[in-house]
Amino acid sequence: MISGLKEVKLVLDDGTVFKGKSFGFPKSVSGEVVFNTAMTGYPESLTDPSYKGQILVSTYPLVGNYGVPSKEEEFGIPKFYESDRIHISGLVVSDYSFEFSHWNAGHSLSDWLIQNEVPGIFDIDTRELTKILREKGPMLGKIIIDDEDVPFYNPDNDNLAAQVCATEKLIYGNGKHRIVLVDTGAKYNILRCLLKRDTTVIRVPWNYDFTQEDYDGIMLSNGPGNPEVYKETVANIQKALKGDKPIFGICLGNQLMGIAAGGSTRKLKYGHRAHNHPVKKVGTDTCYITSQNHGFVLDTKSLEKDWEPLFVNLNDDTNEGIRHKTKPFFSTQFHPEASSGPTDTEFLFDEFIGLIEKYKEAVVG
Amino acid sequence: MKKHVNKVVILGSGALKIGEAGEFDYSGSQAIKALKEEGVYTILINPNIATVQTSEKLADKIYFLPVTPYFVEQVLIKEKPEGLLLSFGGQTALNCGVKLFEQGILEKYNVEVLGTPVQSIIDTEDREIFAGKLAEIDVKTPRSKAVTTVNDALKAAEKMGYPIIVRAAYTLGGMGSGFCSNPEELKLRADNAFSYSNQILVEESLKGWKEVEYEVVRDAYNNCITVCNMENFDPLGIHTGESIVVAPSQTLSNSEYHKLRELAIKIIRHIGIVGECNVQYALDPYSEDYRVIEVNARLSRSSALASKATGYPLAFVAAKLGLGYGLHELKNSVTKVTSAFFEPALDYVVCKIPRWDLNKFTGVSRQIGSSMKSVGEIMAIGRTFEEAIQKGLRMVGQGMHGFVGNQPLKNKDVRTELTEPTDQRVFAIAEALEQGMSVDEIHDLSKIDRWFLEKLKNITDLKEKLGEYSSLEELPDELLIEAKKLGYSDFQISRIVLKTHDHQMEEGLLQVREHRKKRAILPVVKQIDTLAGEFPAQINYLYLTYNGTHHDVEFEKDGRSVVVLGSGAYRIGSSVEFDWCSVNAVETVNEQGFRSVMINYNPETVSTDYDVCSRLFFDELTLERVLDIADLESPKGVVISMGGQIPNNLAMRLHRQNIPILGTSPEDIDRAENRQKFSSLLDDLKIDQPRWSELTSIEDIYTFVDEVGFPVLVRPSYVLSGAAMNVVSNREELQHFLELAANVSKQYPVVVSEFIEQAKEIEIDAVAKNGEVVAYAISEHIEFAGVHSGDATIVFPPQKIYIETIRRVKQISRKIAAALNISGPFNMQLLAKDNDIKVIECNLRASRSFPFVSKVLKVNLIDIATRVMLGLPVEKPNKSLFELDYVGIKAPQFSFARLLQADPVLGVDMASTGEVGCIGTNYYDAVLQSMLSVGYRVPEKNILISSGPLRDKIELLSSARLLSEKGYNLFATSGTHRFFEENGVKTTLLHWPDEPEKQPNTMDFIRDKKLDLVINIPKNLTKGELKNGYQIRRSSIDFNIPLITNARLASAFINSFCRMSMDDISIKSWDEYK
Repeated sequence: MISGLKEVKLVLDDGTVFKGKSFGFPKSVSGEVVFNTAMTGYPESLTDPSYKGQILVSTYPLVGNYGVPSKEEEFGIPKFYESDRIHISGLVVSDYSFEFSHWNAGHSLSDWLIQNEVPGIFDIDTRELTKILREKGPMLGKIIIDDEDVPFYNPDNDNLAAQVCATEKLIYGNGKHRIVLVDTGAKYNILRCLLKRDTTVIRVPWNYDFTQEDYDGIMLSNGPGNPEVYKETVANIQKALKGDKPIFGICLGNQLMGIAAGGSTRKLKYGHRAHNHPVKKVGTDTCYITSQNHGFVLDTKSLEKDWEPLFVNLNDDTNEGIRHKTKPFFSTQFHPEASSGPTDTEFLFDEFIGLIEKYKEAVVG
Repeated sequence: MKKHVNKVVILGSGALKIGEAGEFDYSGSQAIKALKEEGVYTILINPNIATVQTSEKLADKIYFLPVTPYFVEQVLIKEKPEGLLLSFGGQTALNCGVKLFEQGILEKYNVEVLGTPVQSIIDTEDREIFAGKLAEIDVKTPRSKAVTTVNDALKAAEKMGYPIIVRAAYTLGGMGSGFCSNPEELKLRADNAFSYSNQILVEESLKGWKEVEYEVVRDAYNNCITVCNMENFDPLGIHTGESIVVAPSQTLSNSEYHKLRELAIKIIRHIGIVGECNVQYALDPYSEDYRVIEVNARLSRSSALASKATGYPLAFVAAKLGLGYGLHELKNSVTKVTSAFFEPALDYVVCKIPRWDLNKFTGVSRQIGSSMKSVGEIMAIGRTFEEAIQKGLRMVGQGMHGFVGNQPLKNKDVRTELTEPTDQRVFAIAEALEQGMSVDEIHDLSKIDRWFLEKLKNITDLKEKLGEYSSLEELPDELLIEAKKLGYSDFQISRIVLKTHDHQMEEGLLQVREHRKKRAILPVVKQIDTLAGEFPAQINYLYLTYNGTHHDVEFEKDGRSVVVLGSGAYRIGSSVEFDWCSVNAVETVNEQGFRSVMINYNPETVSTDYDVCSRLFFDELTLERVLDIADLESPKGVVISMGGQIPNNLAMRLHRQNIPILGTSPEDIDRAENRQKFSSLLDDLKIDQPRWSELTSIEDIYTFVDEVGFPVLVRPSYVLSGAAMNVVSNREELQHFLELAANVSKQYPVVVSEFIEQAKEIEIDAVAKNGEVVAYAISEHIEFAGVHSGDATIVFPPQKIYIETIRRVKQISRKIAAALNISGPFNMQLLAKDNDIKVIECNLRASRSFPFVSKVLKVNLIDIATRVMLGLPVEKPNKSLFELDYVGIKAPQFSFARLLQADPVLGVDMASTGEVGCIGTNYYDAVLQSMLSVGYRVPEKNILISSGPLRDKIELLSSARLLSEKGYNLFATSGTHRFFEENGVKTTLLHWPDEPEKQPNTMDFIRDKKLDLVINIPKNLTKGELKNGYQIRRSSIDFNIPLITNARLASAFINSFCRMSMDDISIKSWDEYK
């Protein structure tokens, strides 16, 4: 019963206040308020490092239904999470489900938030909140409990990758293709998708000069925040682009590859955070439903002439991926690794491995 | 890119029946709209005249002909279309299409099936091919093995692992089937099953698994989306049409959701569907193991539900894909700017609940299981599950006020109800929770997922808390708000907090309402927009919720809104015909420049298609909700006369709350509705009526019967069991009926009326303005009075009544219209015998037959009625029923085959689930078309007549003679045999079912399907007669032999097929009848 639960406020930087009830960890926090329209996958989203610095609003009103899976491991990483911990600053929902039911659940969402010291607020008109975010664009906000005020915080000014990525080089698996994973806040499912395909993954921190490593291909991961702050990563990518080894970028990886290839980025009025974004492969009639999570988008106009758009968003025509016209470099703004979300484009990992095999053959041949 | 197709034929689904109902009117209408938008000339074949899709403004040409290979072929020959659409008319259209394909007819006339190829359809329809097809792509289907010995059965089960299900092959109604948990049980069961069949199927049991469905779309470019997934509240074992269903799924993790989604796409690609299909899964509740149960390669009940649940117009899109478009070439019709290639994101939860009408049938089991018995459904939208399901349980309209706050269940053991569910199971859960049974225990008994049960427990927990208060003043606002968020109605709060007595409920709930409004506890209006608010929506598809603080839309309050109340869940007695009326009223409202506002919650309807009206409230038709909406809209007025009885019953209640009602004044409606008032009105007007009395004791009943004589019609106001109404012909029967079926007291009076035998029943559908009749249509029933008008076969214009009768019916109507000052539609039923005409019923609203007579007469009575209600001038149509050069016949469709054990007999209570209406150049032409449309076949050779009472024997004598002359072999049961023999008609005697030792026997003939038509007229209610007659009727249904139980109808049918051959039947479209 919700009567009697602790009152909490969500305050937006335009002065709008939503009153709700507390669940999860009771503390005040601030961050950028973003909404996601996915209907499943809160354990995955909450642990996605790309959400660093953000207060996440679920437009789907019923959250917590199937609890949260336990911290079982596979490949040396948690099996059901996208990183080792929750990265969002706070969670905003309409109807929190105190009771959960699932064979795979270890604990409730609220208990998990408490363990990770992340606050939740429910009984909020999340649709109205979403419409405000849609109309007014990026918005900072804070969750206030017990009148304990905190200042607004804009994550775009910070280098968030440093806070979420691996701090040292780590090696996973023992497969035949050696892939450097440039960790700007990589989701573990990128790692899993690679490891399933007979690879050894060398996971390196965001600013690590990987060009000296012994590798067959490079995977540029997703990650949080403003792509323009990843100057060191871009510089390393530019070095790699001079070579011929396959490179595959995802999300932030698409933006960084784009910047390295002469493009620029801008912030969207409101980001794409959903499981239902349609993309079309340029020059074809082939379309995919994709999982997305990005607030910035790549502008392809200033791309060097060797590059071309690979995918485009059917809803707003924004860029969804680029490729080099002759070399084996490509990237997607969406998430082919899914988790959470639709798995339509996981085949891109096969294509990436295919490019590596082709490259290896060419070198040997 | 669009194909070059200029002319197509689209097949409808015919009459509404259990398993195939209004959803196909919606699908078909959407498809036709899509085709029209592309400039394709569209020809529709559908005998269901009450549908919206068979209206003038949609298809270019309409044939009211049976959807069978013969008739479709005739239309193909005549129209020479390039394309054929099969997937919008349910199983009827699909089966017909497959037959046309197999018979080479499509090839012969060079007709291309648009959308999914026929071979793909065949691949999904045949279980074995289907399982093989899915095995090719490593997709799992339930394991099953056919065996012929008990030993092999044991071996198969050992391999599969217990529990297993045994099914006897080639039997009807699941005889010999059942679950076995160990070899001993299997041995017993298999022994038994082999007595029915020499082959049995041993199948793995998936009982208790979750049932999940996906609606999948694929275009010719191989692009796929899943528009919606849905989870059944009731686990596997209960037909999805019998289950409460939620969308989106609630208990699936991301990984499960997307695993099944990925499989669905893999399947649709492999099968090669172009358009829409539905994939049903069983999902293990303890792992990610799954089985594919079924794929429907066509639009379905689920796809209609998914369209309404998401706002994604599946049928519309599927039709465009059939023309060759890619999904990415189409726009999302809600946002108009984003792509149709996307998957809707919901920010609400919907709950579908079936509507059963099992008490309308005698003998039928109330248990629900693997076959569908429900006749309709509702969809409720909320932002909590509790809100959605409580709304939904009210919407079903069977006297429930939500999950709690209802009358206790009668004669139900809660535990039994949880394990062996009937239509009452959800209320048994409420009782179990209120009795303190734990969620775990309820789960163990019902296998319903704990998440659903926990949510339901939130409702009962809150009830307990609310019950601690006894006045609104002491009830904290916070608790009241929480109650509203959990879907409590003012009625429930009144009953639980105020402990309001039944007769003061109206006051109580209005008191709650007033208190709420004072405390500013009000619902908000939210939009359904397919994208969870991510993009602005251009449509007004709305619902109300207490789980929110802001409205999505603004209300003009300019007095130009006209609210039309829809018809709610389809049920026996109220279905698609009222949707047609509602949609037509809305169209007139639109045309006249008003803002049309529709309230309805039936996902199978066209009226709940958001492109029909200016604003659609997909919400409750309760006093509370209509008042909520009226407060927001401040409408010019509310139309309560189009949606049948539900809105009609709100007339007076809305009127008392000062809501303007358009048309006839609610006080006058009440004068027609109230039996006493109406009766004295008739007396004042000197209009005759059958004698009747409302009686409160058994003695009074006998005294009254002594006065009027048998038979009498008995209508109890409180029914214990069995039919609510019955005709009894003697003292013994009366006593029997009153003991068994009714409770008689001051509180529950019984209405007894004189029942006039051998009387013709006549109907008039009319529109009046300020008491003056402006348009009317008079029709006659083929059957004598005594068959419910919804089950009767109706002829318009009437062919066999006196001109004088027509004149007198008109005069009576005029008098009544004037006396009640009618402004709007009304319908009257009358009896005509000799020179007497008596009024039996009068409804001051549109009736079931309005679409039929409007379409046959080609005068839209609803349009006229709506203009009258809007206060606009109307002209009297310059056309009358006397000028029609053709005949229309409306025939009922029964669904007895679905209702195991139900006695397929007609009476004063309605039993049909749908109807057709056909037009012919003469009476016989129309009779044949309509009878063939509802599943009758012209018999080839053998006909059994078992003709009941003497007068029916006499009625059938000339027909029997005609049959004999035509060379038919006649069979008869003993009495009929004797009677026919005495009158010179030769028949072969077949013995009664209760004398199985005597040969030849009726039962053997039925079982061996040696009969092509069975005519069985029930004689009376004596036990032996009932048993024998019942056996003949029931097994005819079970063995799919056409059955007629009314002598007048039998004569009409026999005369028609003896006088006309199939080739003589007119193949004419609606517009060719001039």
